[in-house]
Amino acid sequence: MIRRSANQKAWWLVLPVVALVAFNAVIPLMTVVNYSFQETFGENVFFWEGTKWYLQILQSERFHASLLRQLIFTATVLAIEIPLGIAIALSMPRRGIGVSLCLVLMALPLLIPWNVVGAMWNIFALPEIGLLGRAINALGIEYNFTRQPGAAWFTVILMDVWHWTSLVVLLCYAGLCAIPDAYMQAAKIDGAGNWQVFRHIQLPKLKRVLTIAVLLRFMDSFMIYTEPFVLTGGGPGNATTFLSIDLVKIALGQFDLGPAAAMSLIYFIMILLLCWIFYTLMMRGEER
Amino acid sequence: MAEIALQNIAHSYSPGPRGEEDWALKKIDLVWRDGGSYALLGPSGCGKSTLLNIISGLLQPSAGKVLFDGEDVSALGPSARNIAQVFQFPVVYDTMTVFDNLAFPLRNRGLDEAEVRARAGEVAEMLELEHSLRRRARAVSADDKQKISLGRALVRPDVNVIMLDEPLTVIDPHLKWQLRSKLKQLHRRFGFTMIYVTHDQTEALTLADQIVVLHDGRVVQSGTPESLFERPQHTFVGHFIGSPGMNRFPARLQNGAARIGELEIAVDADLSAPDARGEGKLEIGVRPEHIRFCDDGFPVRVHRVRDAGRYQIAEAELQGVKFKIYVPEGGAVPGEDARVRFERAYTHVYRDGWLLRPAAA
Repeated sequence: MIRRSANQKAWWLVLPVVALVAFNAVIPLMTVVNYSFQETFGENVFFWEGTKWYLQILQSERFHASLLRQLIFTATVLAIEIPLGIAIALSMPRRGIGVSLCLVLMALPLLIPWNVVGAMWNIFALPEIGLLGRAINALGIEYNFTRQPGAAWFTVILMDVWHWTSLVVLLCYAGLCAIPDAYMQAAKIDGAGNWQVFRHIQLPKLKRVLTIAVLLRFMDSFMIYTEPFVLTGGGPGNATTFLSIDLVKIALGQFDLGPAAAMSLIYFIMILLLCWIFYTLMMRGEER
Repeated sequence: MAEIALQNIAHSYSPGPRGEEDWALKKIDLVWRDGGSYALLGPSGCGKSTLLNIISGLLQPSAGKVLFDGEDVSALGPSARNIAQVFQFPVVYDTMTVFDNLAFPLRNRGLDEAEVRARAGEVAEMLELEHSLRRRARAVSADDKQKISLGRALVRPDVNVIMLDEPLTVIDPHLKWQLRSKLKQLHRRFGFTMIYVTHDQTEALTLADQIVVLHDGRVVQSGTPESLFERPQHTFVGHFIGSPGMNRFPARLQNGAARIGELEIAVDADLSAPDARGEGKLEIGVRPEHIRFCDDGFPVRVHRVRDAGRYQIAEAELQGVKFKIYVPEGGAVPGEDARVRFERAYTHVYRDGWLLRPAAA
């Protein structure tokens, strides 16, 4: 019988990866987990608090309010960006010089740093000097996003649509280009109209890229921080205070490390859970 | 059903064609008889699919007209031409059931539901799909998907022509035979005009009554399988059809006779006709099947004999030119030094690739 020598030296090769993951994920995450069960008054003194912060967060009206705002924001943004992105991708040219032109135009918003997007829209929408603000007011509609919650919401959503619809467009465009010509030709020969081509060929073939698009847009919009923070700072009042803005207010503004850590973990688990639900729903029936 | 005529069809994919090579199709004049079964045969890249897409209306030709029953349809789109086309790779509507796939072209044309049901059921039965009618089209096998594509073409009443663009490429070999004979049977039963594109000569020869051979954007010959075999109009046809293809020998004319090297060869061409005396490269073409060993022919040297199962192929040399001889079952190869004879009626002369007119029989 051949005796296999157990050479375990190969494990050393895994070490760099383990170290890397430990430093950039596990250790910071565990620090947060550690904080979330304790109370500190600085000077590195901690007291065990158990699940107190979790219960406090889950029962707090402030958290409920920002969660609700977050859900409404994400739902609105998805409801606008996904159909709009598909529509734009469908109307983009497939050949000729128009292709590169459209692609560059579409990619532009994605290349702008997030805080610059916020600053741009802040100036753009100012009622006195901004082009958008002046234009809306000139139409006779009173518009001031620093004072009216409705106007603030409108501006934040418009900004997000401007910034991120391109991503959906590019994904869908790639998906549409990947559909073999024969499908379109067969549909023409079968006498299908535009709607039927969309319904029976394009949409089913886009399913996978759309899943990616929805997941990416869901995660990003659910974690949105920079742009609304620069644009409205969460105001007026708390009108546009989404979860991450609220979290930063608690952690840095009030330096409540315990509650902030608990809230981070709740936030994290929520995103994980919702992504899983989305993915499962959209992939359901794929195997059948 | 309709007779389809192509008049001076030419097509170029580049916007400003200059040279000969810019044209994918070079002036094609062809009539597809109503109810005929045609194979469009040629190697990859010879323009088969281009020609097919021009007939179906998916492509507008750069020049020329397409007539259906004498009516100019050049400007009409594919759905207005009322044609059916099956592509190389199966096209099914993933989200629909197999039944809905078959019914789709009928419903789009506004047939009433009872008739849709009857026709789709009938086609499903012909193609042996009746057991999976309720299943999602996405979930069936690749073979069945191609049957669905075929079914969507067959389901429509009174289509002008059914065109098949190498439809059996992705099909399992044993099913290939089955589907091919099914297609032939359906053609006989319903009498639709059928154009079948393929690069496989066996497929073309077994399926169609008429074969159109396309080479480098030109129709080099259109005819029955026998005529392609016995009288190839172009050396390309001789070479492309038959296995092994036609032998070719460089030739010259001397004193009104065709010669390979110093040997005078009896040929079927009318060498006294005016078109026999022009310029251009002369070749003598004769198929391996039309060369026989005998005692009083030209001396040749046999290099090798290959056994191909039911027959043998002898590889020999005549006046420095290598060629092949077909030796039927029971025939014998005399040895290294042998003598052969060409059958005169099948010994053709080509100038620049094209057949010289034979002497009037």
